[in-house]
Amino acid sequence: MTKFNRIAIANRGEVAVRIIKACEELGIESVLLHSEADIESRAYRMATKTICIGPAATAESYLNIKANINGALAGGAQAIHPGFGFLSENADFAEEVAQAGLIFIGPSSETIRSLGDKVHCKDLAKKAGIPLVPGYQGEDQKISKLIQKAEKIGYPVIVKAAAGGGGRGMKLILNSQDAGELIESAQREALSAFGSSKVFLEKYLDRAKHIEFQVFGDSTGQVIHFFDRECSVQRRHQKIIEEATSPSLTDELRRSMGEAACAIATMGRYKGAGTVEFLLQDNEFYLLEVNTRLQVEHPVTEEVMGIDLVKMQILTAQGEYVHDPKHIRLPRGHSIECRIYAENPFLGGVPSTGLLGQIHWPEGPGRRYEYGFDQGDTITPFYDPMIAKVIVWDENRPRAIQKMLRVLKNSTVFGVHTNIPYLIEILSHKEFVMGTMTTRFIETYFSESLKEPELTDLEKKIAQSALMQLRQQNGVSESSGTASPWSTFWRGV
Amino acid sequence: MEILDSHIEAGSLDFKANQTAMLAFVNHWRERVEIVKQGGGSEATLKHKSRGKLTARERIEELVDGGTSFLEFSSLAAWDMYEGQAPGAGVVTGIGVIHGTECMIVANDATVKGGTYFPMTVKKHLRAQEIAFENGLPCIYLVDSGGAFLPMQDEVFPDRDHFGRIFYNQARMSAANIPQIAVVMGSCTAGGAYVPAMSDETVIVKGNGTIFLGGPPLVRAATGEIVDAQELGGAAVHCENSGVADHFAEDDHHALEITRSIVAHLNHKRAVELKTLPVEDPLYDCKEIYGVIPRDSRVPFDVREVIARIVDGSRFHEFKPLYGKTLVTGFAHIWGMPVGIIANNGVLFSESAMKAAHFIELCEQREVPLVFLQNITGFMVGKKYENEGIAKHGAKMVMAVSNAHVPKFTVVIGGSYGAGNYGMCGRAFQPRQMWMWPNAKISVMGGEQAANVLLTVKMDQLAAKGQTLSQDAQLEFKRPTLEKYEYESSAYYSSARIWDDGIIDPADTRRVLALGVAASLYKSWGEKSQGVFRM
Repeated sequence: MTKFNRIAIANRGEVAVRIIKACEELGIESVLLHSEADIESRAYRMATKTICIGPAATAESYLNIKANINGALAGGAQAIHPGFGFLSENADFAEEVAQAGLIFIGPSSETIRSLGDKVHCKDLAKKAGIPLVPGYQGEDQKISKLIQKAEKIGYPVIVKAAAGGGGRGMKLILNSQDAGELIESAQREALSAFGSSKVFLEKYLDRAKHIEFQVFGDSTGQVIHFFDRECSVQRRHQKIIEEATSPSLTDELRRSMGEAACAIATMGRYKGAGTVEFLLQDNEFYLLEVNTRLQVEHPVTEEVMGIDLVKMQILTAQGEYVHDPKHIRLPRGHSIECRIYAENPFLGGVPSTGLLGQIHWPEGPGRRYEYGFDQGDTITPFYDPMIAKVIVWDENRPRAIQKMLRVLKNSTVFGVHTNIPYLIEILSHKEFVMGTMTTRFIETYFSESLKEPELTDLEKKIAQSALMQLRQQNGVSESSGTASPWSTFWRGV
Repeated sequence: MEILDSHIEAGSLDFKANQTAMLAFVNHWRERVEIVKQGGGSEATLKHKSRGKLTARERIEELVDGGTSFLEFSSLAAWDMYEGQAPGAGVVTGIGVIHGTECMIVANDATVKGGTYFPMTVKKHLRAQEIAFENGLPCIYLVDSGGAFLPMQDEVFPDRDHFGRIFYNQARMSAANIPQIAVVMGSCTAGGAYVPAMSDETVIVKGNGTIFLGGPPLVRAATGEIVDAQELGGAAVHCENSGVADHFAEDDHHALEITRSIVAHLNHKRAVELKTLPVEDPLYDCKEIYGVIPRDSRVPFDVREVIARIVDGSRFHEFKPLYGKTLVTGFAHIWGMPVGIIANNGVLFSESAMKAAHFIELCEQREVPLVFLQNITGFMVGKKYENEGIAKHGAKMVMAVSNAHVPKFTVVIGGSYGAGNYGMCGRAFQPRQMWMWPNAKISVMGGEQAANVLLTVKMDQLAAKGQTLSQDAQLEFKRPTLEKYEYESSAYYSSARIWDDGIIDPADTRRVLALGVAASLYKSWGEKSQGVFRM
């Protein structure tokens, strides 16, 4: 067992704040390894020590293995927490951290290699009998063989060029009648576009849900799971709203998926926090991938399970965390997380950067805010535009949705645009409320920019009078209506 | 009119660093002003108030209209002089509004050495009168002073611009239909007695107010007569017997009420009409000026960023933008009033000087007040420039500036060095008002240049004798000059000596200029004598 006095944080923004808080609770000092662009952030202000490891460009700072390790050593840390993103799933980083005599807070580099590599991970899954998205990638390319395989996979099936990409040579087969014709045409296109007629078949999951399980391996290597999250609300594979637990799982599915998740994590000798992601369609689940790190959406699991995953990560890395077999944890109530992005929902979600004005997160029971920036900080264009996460907990899903709506409507972020109006629309959508949304939910219902609401006359009046008041307070001026500068109150000294 | 486009990213790290640096200057200045506003300190103030008197600043607040501006001059006069004995030089001066009329108010601060006149007190009083004279503003003297500060009589009494000039000015202004009003709220002894005596209309406060050529001690010494101050020259004596005063006031409040009533009946009218536009704020917050000015004074910046934060709607009709680019000239409105702006954007060349001369002529012809934003190291030097006659071209600018009949307002926003100061309407060229930002510097040349000039002369002398100076000795030789220039070039050194009319918060520049222009309309500006010469 190694007790840490000081932990280096190789990350930024809200997750850096999250880690600093866990450190504080354990009485451990923190060293923030930051780029030149991040000196205006909560993490910078909260960390015990800060070390600048390079310029704004991620390749030279947050993704620079040497700079991070040197920073951690210079800061006198015994361990490095990588957060998520950046170097968190980089096996080389984990290895070099260990070589430098530091402890990597996360799974071993071997675990990252075996579970993080998609091909290797799928081989493990096959061995464990965990279902993968059915497909055919064989050498036998006879039409009859391919049709036979397609029938076996079950329609709809996607046929795509083995050498291709970008949609060329890709066809969607909806039923057996068209199969032969479409496969032939896909092969022709593949040949002309890529010089090879070879095609793959894969089951087309047109109404899949994204379900994931939070797994955790303790210091002894025992892996258990902390139930599931649903993250079907995604835009271009970027999650927007996550919840725990999924409204779509039967007890039976939850049990078998949980077992599968623990099985693959155990095979990868998992230590610490990880996530096993699945696609679920028609009560059939398929392994998608394993994320060997803390997830952005970890708070929803923490809320329903009553645990602190980051603290557990640190304790596990210290070698002192062991699951208590007598303490069986079951999820309680429902938790939802919304990611707040600095982007303009009225302009197709283009990033919105700049100086943050007044910010207000309305406090109340069952509300949690994870944020990395305060009023007066600058949102720079160098990094991910996620500026905060809003998490709510309530007794059941409908109440949690209602609470989230109220919280978002009462939240204030000035200075940059945010996706809050967009989130409100999503949370109010019938399919989301029913819990039947799939990963195609956003592209189906929210592919266009929101319409910017027109201000009512009353709102305009309020805004104008607020502006006037502000100007008077600041002594900026006047302006219209006062002919002489002398007829306003002002003292220069 | 073109809207100025700002290229500054407000809130950027660079902006914030600049802002922090400027705020440090501004806060430093505010701290000093707060000290000065305490006058002679709490003990003296307590004693003053125990006599039923208001302080100088309280008197002014009560005298002026509610909800109006007060433009104070030289609040840091005598700063770091006279061993700190005379905060604000013992007098508060400024323009305030009484019944809608802008007036010059001169209020003695009796908590500072009994309101006696130090050399800077005289200079501040005379400067207030000069501003009043030029702008045609009625003068209100809130008198509470023991007269000249006797230990320094040689610096306050005999010369042209000494004590006597106060009464000369009163006489000349009275003749020029600029009302002179005295409110005697304390002693008014010896020469001081002439302030109420020379005024058009005078108020005196019962009990505290006295007017006499010689006080009781002097009377007794000279003639042996024993008399108390009230019998000698109190309110009742002067209002009932001597006729030296006109209005008998029960106390300070009453006196100020009477004074307001006097102004209400002055029938003082504007003499100049401007073609105004509806007032508009600049598009950019005036406070952003803090972040616009580089924290390192050697880093150049585009002065249009400052103009954009001063003028209405940030609209600027630039004149000759492609010619003599180190000087920016153009027309704009401040608080709805037209102005012509001349602002430095680098060292002055022949072209920039000629452009300035041309532009001043335009403002002359159109009767548009001139605003100078000074940040100038000087005129370009070197063979090429001397040979093309830069002295002659610079002279055109100085000639135009000197003879301009429209009101001129100068704000030193950076450096003010050498002949650049002249061309850009420095103190000698009689701007109606001249202001310094707290970061501003003023001296004949930069300290480094002066030290190098002196060093070169020294080295030449030594070289003639076959000697030289080591690197260290050279630095040591330069050090005293550098230190002297550093100290003497600060805005505080300047403001203490009333080389300017005060230091202002850069964010107040727009307002201060607007107040200045609006107060310049009570007296005819005179006539322009020539057509516009294309330079």
